[in-house]
Amino acid sequence: MSNNVANAPAIRAKDIGVSFSGVSVLRGVTLDILPGEVHGLVGENGAGKSTLGKVLGGYYHASQGELEVFGHRATGWDPHTALNHGVAIMHQELQLVPALTVAQNVFMGIEDHRWGVLRSTEAQRLDKLMKTSGFSLDPHAVVADLPIADQQKIEILRALARDARVIVMDEPTSSLSKGEVDQLHDAMRKLRQEGRTVIYVSHFLDDIIAVTDRVTVLRDGEHVATMHTRDIGKPDLVAAMLGGGKTETQFPAKTPPEVGNIVLEARSIQSKNGTRDASLRIAKGEIVGLIGLVGSGRTEIARAIIGADAATGGELLLEGQPYRDRDLRASTERGVVMVPEDRRKEGLVMTMPVRANMSLPHLRHLSRYGVVNSRAEKKRATELIDYFQVRPAILDGDVSNYSGGNQQKVLIGKWLMENPKLVILDEPSRGVDVGARERIHEAICDLAASGTSILLISSEIDEVLGLAHRAYLVDRGRTVGEVDPAENDEASVLAALFRHQGSNLPEIAHE
Amino acid sequence: MNSHAILRFLQDYAVLVMIVVLMIALSMLSDSFLTPRNLINILNQNAPLAIMAAAMTLVIIAGGFDLSVGSIFAMGAVTSAWIALNVDPYLGLFVAPVVGLLLGTVNGVVITTLKVHSFLATIATSLIFKGIAIVLSDGRLIPVRMDEFTWLGRDRIGGVFIAVWVMIAFAVALTFVLNKTAFGRKVFSVGGNEEAAILSGIRTNRIKIATFALAGLAAGLASAIAVSRISMGQASAGTGMELQAIAAVILGGTSIYGGVGAVWRSVAGVLLLALINNGFNILNADPFYRDLTTGLVILAAIGISAAGKR
Repeated sequence: MSNNVANAPAIRAKDIGVSFSGVSVLRGVTLDILPGEVHGLVGENGAGKSTLGKVLGGYYHASQGELEVFGHRATGWDPHTALNHGVAIMHQELQLVPALTVAQNVFMGIEDHRWGVLRSTEAQRLDKLMKTSGFSLDPHAVVADLPIADQQKIEILRALARDARVIVMDEPTSSLSKGEVDQLHDAMRKLRQEGRTVIYVSHFLDDIIAVTDRVTVLRDGEHVATMHTRDIGKPDLVAAMLGGGKTETQFPAKTPPEVGNIVLEARSIQSKNGTRDASLRIAKGEIVGLIGLVGSGRTEIARAIIGADAATGGELLLEGQPYRDRDLRASTERGVVMVPEDRRKEGLVMTMPVRANMSLPHLRHLSRYGVVNSRAEKKRATELIDYFQVRPAILDGDVSNYSGGNQQKVLIGKWLMENPKLVILDEPSRGVDVGARERIHEAICDLAASGTSILLISSEIDEVLGLAHRAYLVDRGRTVGEVDPAENDEASVLAALFRHQGSNLPEIAHE
Repeated sequence: MNSHAILRFLQDYAVLVMIVVLMIALSMLSDSFLTPRNLINILNQNAPLAIMAAAMTLVIIAGGFDLSVGSIFAMGAVTSAWIALNVDPYLGLFVAPVVGLLLGTVNGVVITTLKVHSFLATIATSLIFKGIAIVLSDGRLIPVRMDEFTWLGRDRIGGVFIAVWVMIAFAVALTFVLNKTAFGRKVFSVGGNEEAAILSGIRTNRIKIATFALAGLAAGLASAIAVSRISMGQASAGTGMELQAIAAVILGGTSIYGGVGAVWRSVAGVLLLALINNGFNILNADPFYRDLTTGLVILAAIGISAAGKR
């Protein structure tokens, strides 16, 4: 390390800012990353760590600031140019062609050919590459047959084949077993020995501490601190991630729930979707939160409850009665609905107007002899548009042109059309503007006050603490504890989550 | 701004614009074009294709493709002629749509249970249906010269062929189904975003099966009209009609990606194709250029609609 410090930085970021459709996600980030270091990027969900990684790799375009790579001013920075300047990025979802072999994947796009005809030198080239890098893989193995850890090595080899000097790894360990994580860390150390730089984006603080030389903490899109890892411990990181003077958002007042009147109780439910052991209770008019880190399986627990994924064990009681063989239709019929997190993919049909989107799950009740009663439909849709202040307030508006916030209001409205008993909200305010966020928060509290039960899933811990009466902590598909929002703050909740993260779990085989 | 609005208009109404242009051109070029006789003949000749295109619209809106409707047409032709000849002429006319409905349902069930793309599945079932039609008819023509059978294709009510009335009624009924019923909404949602439809509790497989069943029904009905008109059933009937029907749907501006479209567009698409044909006939133009011209018109129409989307 020390002999490298004198060198010019590999990457010099000056005042980098990024915004997506008007929402600023990174602001004024200034940072030097040195050659031959493993540099961690940490922060809460949504703090901007992945965004920063992707800006360096050329996937996102910085709307302001300057980027310098090995002394070159990076302009027109895209993945291709980045690679030409020695910066490669390894995505959370690996970008390999599963049907091709290791060698074919490594040399994709830089095949050795003469007038377009391949020369059969791939295996030799790969052999040489593997000898210098210390990774060993069968060049002829088909990628689809390899475990994820090996696939990541292919991504690394691919970067090395292009002579990458900086490799950005975005949450590389999220689907790895403990042993595979160790292998990846060894790989990072090898890269460092060769004088290459690794930028390691992760929310696993133990991993960051285990392997990085320095670590940069981001919070709310801003650079908080860059520290030498050997000088700090996990509590320092958590403290930096949370910060002291966090801007307090105002949340609506909570109405106490009918504690005795349990609407839904889950007892150790399990599902093939990764839910291992989830237990929870929700009373009438109660807002219950699920708090966990990205990938902890919160959404999956909700899907197992509602029947979007089949349950393989455990028991669910709805108003005291066992509810087995759950599916989405039956759940909707019983007044248990879920607002999914991904508006575009799972929520709205972008080719249909606002009104038709809202009534889609309720057509059975809104039609007689198969013909839609458009008067009743329009009436209810108008009420919801007014209630949520959807703008533009057009019944048959083209929802694909609406802002994220208004799309979200339409989506939530869709699931409230028939006055459900229990609403599961998955990331209800993700990617929406401040005004819509406030309106959605008000609506959540209104609903609860009028007796609807809410299961609230959010990556923003302060959102859950601000809205929920109670919250469960979720780790790897299990509910691992309960917190009282009145007695906890973000720091104590996060500390509790990281404590569970450190505890070992009986290994589950990866498929 | 202005040019954008024009493009949007063209995208939505490209097919109508082209029909109007073609009609004006043909009226100026020939005296025999704009006569009631010629126009009614065009409609009558194309009623079977229009019926098939109308139902194909629902398949394509739901995100599917049906390449087997030509073969279902052949099955309808052979069974209706055989039953008319050997059992009862009225029953013969009735049986074709029923056979079509059954075969269409088979398509839908195959596609949803095997979870294969409808494009592939209907290539296979197309060969199977055609093969059965050949075997049933023994490869021969089945002539049915009975007034009780030929009225559907030849008689008129109020000066207009019954076939045209049937086509109008069918298109109006499908328009109603698509726009006013819960089923129609579900068809749009399945093609627009299947994942969201599933999460909304819609049994998307049933919806898909129903669209294929309707396409089969339409092909059977179309074959009854056509066989009745020429008083003859044969297994080679309907060859190529599946591609004409799909071409008409796309020509009308229904998105091949699903989720967007309308029945009237497809009927207009059929009309446009028919006008091109008619133009060649009444102008005595070299028929060797007919396919070339049709292809260019289709390319122009989809080019305009793609430009409107930019």
